[in-house]
Amino acid sequence: MMLEKAEAGCSALLIAPTGGGKTLAGFLPSLVDLDGRGDARNGLHTLYISPLKALTTDIARNLQTPIEEMGLDLRVETRTGDTPQNRRQRQRINPPDMLLTTPESLALLLSYPDAAKIFDGLCTVIIDELHALAGAKRGQLLALGLARLANLAKAPRFVGLSATVEDPDELLSFLSLGGRKAELVQGAAGPEPDVSVLLPEGRLPWSGHYGTYAAPSLYQTIKSADTTLVFVNTRAQAEVMFRELWRLNEDNLPIALHHGSLAVEQRRRVETAMAAGNLKAIICTSSLDLGIDWGDVDLVIQIGAPKGVSRILQRIGRANHRFDQPSRALLVPGNRFEVLECRAAMDAIREETLDGVPPHPGGLDVLAQHITGVACTGPFEADALYDEVITAHPYRDLSRDDFDDVLEFVATGGYALKAYDRYRRLRKDDDGQWRLTHPKLAQRYRMNIGTIVDAPMVKVRLKGRRQSLGEVEEWFVQWLTPGDVFQFAGRTLVFQGMRETTVEVTMAPPGKEPSVPSYMGTRMPFTTHLSSRVRGYLADPASWHDLPDQVLEWLEAQKDLSSMPAADELLIETFPRRGKFYMVVYAFVGWNAHQTLAMLVTKRMERLGLKPIGFNASDYILCIWGLEPVEDPTALFEVDILGEELEDWMADSSLLKRTFRNVAVVAGLIERRHPGQEKTGRQVTINSDLIYDVLRKYQHDHVLLRATYAEASVGLLDVKRLAAFLTSVQGRIRHEKLEKLSPLALPVMLEIGKEVVPGEADEAVLAAAADELIDEAYGLAAT
Amino acid sequence: MRYVQGLSINNPHQRLIADHSGALVWPDENLLVIADLHLEKGSSFARKGSIVPPYDSRATIERLAEVLKRWSPDRVISLGDSFHDSDGSARLSAADRQQIRDFTTRYDWIWVSGNHDPSPPSGLGGRSEPEVSIDRIVFRHLPSEQTEQGEIAGHLHPKARVMARGRKVSRPCFVSDQRRVLLPAFGAYTGGLNVLDPAVATLFPDDYRAYLLGGDRVHMVARHQIERAAH
Repeated sequence: MMLEKAEAGCSALLIAPTGGGKTLAGFLPSLVDLDGRGDARNGLHTLYISPLKALTTDIARNLQTPIEEMGLDLRVETRTGDTPQNRRQRQRINPPDMLLTTPESLALLLSYPDAAKIFDGLCTVIIDELHALAGAKRGQLLALGLARLANLAKAPRFVGLSATVEDPDELLSFLSLGGRKAELVQGAAGPEPDVSVLLPEGRLPWSGHYGTYAAPSLYQTIKSADTTLVFVNTRAQAEVMFRELWRLNEDNLPIALHHGSLAVEQRRRVETAMAAGNLKAIICTSSLDLGIDWGDVDLVIQIGAPKGVSRILQRIGRANHRFDQPSRALLVPGNRFEVLECRAAMDAIREETLDGVPPHPGGLDVLAQHITGVACTGPFEADALYDEVITAHPYRDLSRDDFDDVLEFVATGGYALKAYDRYRRLRKDDDGQWRLTHPKLAQRYRMNIGTIVDAPMVKVRLKGRRQSLGEVEEWFVQWLTPGDVFQFAGRTLVFQGMRETTVEVTMAPPGKEPSVPSYMGTRMPFTTHLSSRVRGYLADPASWHDLPDQVLEWLEAQKDLSSMPAADELLIETFPRRGKFYMVVYAFVGWNAHQTLAMLVTKRMERLGLKPIGFNASDYILCIWGLEPVEDPTALFEVDILGEELEDWMADSSLLKRTFRNVAVVAGLIERRHPGQEKTGRQVTINSDLIYDVLRKYQHDHVLLRATYAEASVGLLDVKRLAAFLTSVQGRIRHEKLEKLSPLALPVMLEIGKEVVPGEADEAVLAAAADELIDEAYGLAAT
Repeated sequence: MRYVQGLSINNPHQRLIADHSGALVWPDENLLVIADLHLEKGSSFARKGSIVPPYDSRATIERLAEVLKRWSPDRVISLGDSFHDSDGSARLSAADRQQIRDFTTRYDWIWVSGNHDPSPPSGLGGRSEPEVSIDRIVFRHLPSEQTEQGEIAGHLHPKARVMARGRKVSRPCFVSDQRRVLLPAFGAYTGGLNVLDPAVATLFPDDYRAYLLGGDRVHMVARHQIERAAH
């Protein structure tokens, strides 16, 4: 099929399950074509792009077999951040027949003045794991790079390789460039995965997601399988589960740990041991969602709710990378709600429904990075570049005004106060061409390519040792006090203090329990698809028959004591408890949207004099409490809270500052790396929070702030989803006034720990600290 | 007034006020002091290719106008690093330049030189001094290592982190003991240095108080509170 499409000169999207020989199928037409050309070859023929560096090396090795079998004399090389400088230079002068690279390395190649020469004879571009790239910021940068390639090379073919997706059209459009429409090649479906839910004996937890109650059953399961991948949702959870399993590990099974915060060398050691078949199990996070095939894995375990069907399928696909055998997987719910979510995932897998990912337009920050790259290649015309950019699928609806604003940002910063004309980075010459004003700018651009912006991290090091254990987010460390015990890198550690920019720790004495919850890492979004399935079960008691007894009793009790919301209803319960008034909202729109909703609703409650004092949210439920009873919740959930309250809140939100930092780094306003920086160690950037405050005050419609709002609306704040939700529940709110809390509210009530004080929280903390001193001075403090 | 906090150094009868804007006020002398304005830091970065928003001088000057209006002092000391670099004053926009001229006309204005701006700004009015001494208190940019008498200095951009209600908050702050006051940086683009850093901590070997800048007041905290919240 792939050969047919190639002969017809079509671009193609190959959708097939893992283990189907997908990658080789992608390369086959190129091998055949090169074979036919004999010695009449013309530089770089095929470019392969993978989201993972490690995959490029792996595939280069795997290609050797067919190349030798076909008796071809081909040069196949990789080019990533790890490639030595001299080889990179040689690749530009004398490119191999096939080059295997990453989206970032492609952007770098495209930024050289000789890019046109390098890609002149390019025939085929293969993009692996396209489903993982297309929806992300990396995919936006890649799309712009592909649009460039389509113009530099003479009508190359684009070939995408993807796992099953809900909407192949989206990916087909991504690949349809340079006037070629991409066509779908559907690989044969593999056998349906064999998925079941593991419910250990005993009581199911009401709350928590760590699934530690299941550790003994897990241990037995791991013991009886050949090789197991145990996926969890957060790094903290990985640490805790690793600790629990080793506590039970009487047989000394080789069980390893893998997540994104561990030192690179440590991760590589684990991967090498796995490849050599020396491990029984790895506890891992999304750090191993993609990766090299390990043929020996015969079981995948997901602990905690899967959060999305596509993600869980990707994970399950890592077992049994052989085409003819079903992947075997176990889901382990962390609490009662997660039992419902696991079941929703199993139903979805059986019915072959996937999560829809609403496509969102390409970021203006990514476009700024791309335009800078284009300028590094050489002079360009704005009209021609705009025409090229809108052929990139994420930017098809980009307005000329937005494009011009981004171009102006790249050139001068785009500030209303025209103060920087003499410092401009691009200038437009009389011939209408835009040019870089200084070659140094190209050097800086090349040091700062990419769309992945890490949170500021600090290294963790055992006292007196040189080697670091890994890195944790800086903000996590800010919560620690010397003497705090936490779990990291599979060890229980005591925080000793900061030494310059390193966290110093010592090993905790045996038997010492962690005293602080471990650092969070990112939270996985709860997909609309799974959430509507969970709501569907709740609304339909006829579907409860095969639920575990404990869950069934819980749901029955809810029906008796309060009520079950219909699938299109929003249930809100209110009840008094210990002098406070609680409101429990069964919104099911995920943690991010719940946080936003909580901020907006508490703001409105403040205005109405309902004196909110705190809130807590899960992926399913939001609970808000205050000093006055809420008599009529409908007023709090009107669509117009997305107007004024949202604007007020977004203006001050620290979440926006976090997003702004990412946008500013990607757009090139703030540099990650600066020439000479490593040598001097001098601070070369201005704190992005300060820049944000100044820019918001003096030019609130600046293109980078627009990019920030756009990104936050779909990401951290999830405003889009919230808007759809609020619109759908108008006139459908069911208010249950209760005497006490209901069974369904119990999980979220149990998780109420630290009170989140809405409003001027920082000021309140400062005042409380100052009051403490005053109390002490007057002898009021407890001693 | 709820937004002021009294400090005294050298002489317990001389009352100094830490304003939540970061300015220090000496009511008996009708004096207001600000430190580390770092005007034109934005354009200094732009010159090297980082085109950060150019509104930092505007923001700093507007905040300064607001605090001057609130206290209407007779005399103002800008305690060094008023400009981010030595030709910063030449890059001011016409409007910003005019507003600074208005300040220096209305108030007895003293530019104390700093390490970023060793030579006095030209054409802005006011007078320049390496340091100023008033009633046995010395105003200088760089804090001295040893100080017998009262000293008021800037340069270090102190900030502190405190913890309450299970949360930590970090803010720019004044730091003071009986002998010395360090001012927070006033400029819109100025970052901070934690008071626990040796560069600050060694200046206050015994005890000190920090006055953290809040939205409408300063918050006084003790050294042990900061150390408790430390990393």
